[in-house]
Amino acid sequence: MSIPEPSGFFIQGVLNGAPHSLVIGPFGFLFGVVATEAGLSIFETLSFSVLVVAGAAQLTALELMQDNTPTVIVILSALALNLRMALYSASLTPHLGTAGFWQRAAAAYSMVDQSYATSILQYENNPEMTMPQKLTFFFGVAASVIPVWYLLTFLGALVGQSIPTDIPLDFATPLTFIALLAPLLRSLPHILAALASVIAGLLFHAMPYNLGIMLAGVIGMSVGAWSEQRGFGEYHR
Amino acid sequence: MNFAQDSNLWLVIWALGLGTFGLRFLFLGLVGDRKMPVWVLRHLRYTAVGLLPGLIAPMVLWPDATGGMLDWPRLIAAIVTLVVGYKTKNIFAAILLGGICLYTIGQMV
Repeated sequence: MSIPEPSGFFIQGVLNGAPHSLVIGPFGFLFGVVATEAGLSIFETLSFSVLVVAGAAQLTALELMQDNTPTVIVILSALALNLRMALYSASLTPHLGTAGFWQRAAAAYSMVDQSYATSILQYENNPEMTMPQKLTFFFGVAASVIPVWYLLTFLGALVGQSIPTDIPLDFATPLTFIALLAPLLRSLPHILAALASVIAGLLFHAMPYNLGIMLAGVIGMSVGAWSEQRGFGEYHR
Repeated sequence: MNFAQDSNLWLVIWALGLGTFGLRFLFLGLVGDRKMPVWVLRHLRYTAVGLLPGLIAPMVLWPDATGGMLDWPRLIAAIVTLVVGYKTKNIFAAILLGGICLYTIGQMV
């Protein structure tokens, strides 16, 4: 009797997740447009979004493939961008780790920046929630953002096939990444990491197989971690 | 541009899909509530700011579309996007203003 209806938590999750569809939607649309402009079919574009569910990694892979980068480098560079998912996974484990195998698999599939951030905030503010309630809430958030991701990718792909090519769409990916990165430059280590990465990216641009990008990533991450350790600024969420 | 035929598109899609799922499932499904070493966490915090700028910088300064020549509309649009994104933290305002900038300057040149 004292156990509250879990469906209440599902609806709450849907509501808390809803504002994030305003971020996920346009991003999915952009990917759809850029991918079909690059020559992918609607089916290939949608498969990309359904199987990977990670916009920045998808755009990176697309960009590198157009540059005739070897497949191994394409995969490694894009996966490196998703390393943060392992952090999310670790951070959700105390809350959802006791759920059943398939429930954890489903939660892992729908783990994106938005579902993670919304859920972890809810769990930290409501420590009295039980595991099933937390899981239900998580799926509520996922239900409000993941379908939007599919749908807007599809709409973007439809539009991408009909957009005239005189719009310089080649520049959509760099602009998107700059816009995503700018708010992340919140401490000196973040800024130094980005600067080091820019310099390395330009210096090693001529390296074969786009290896320069991997090198820039390693250098950028190391400079960030090193300057944080030296106390140049603190990481704050 | 048509790269889909001669590059391993489906291999990339499946490898990224399975690999990303693996990263998402790693702790929740397999490792459990174990602590990661501090130095690993410290490096992981800088993956995005460490990797993406190195990817973008050559695309901004030497765009493929202009045969690798510096292109003022693209450069200005990139700077506008950076400044708007940094000041407002509004990702879509930044993309939109940068895009408008690119289009209008491109029309004038």
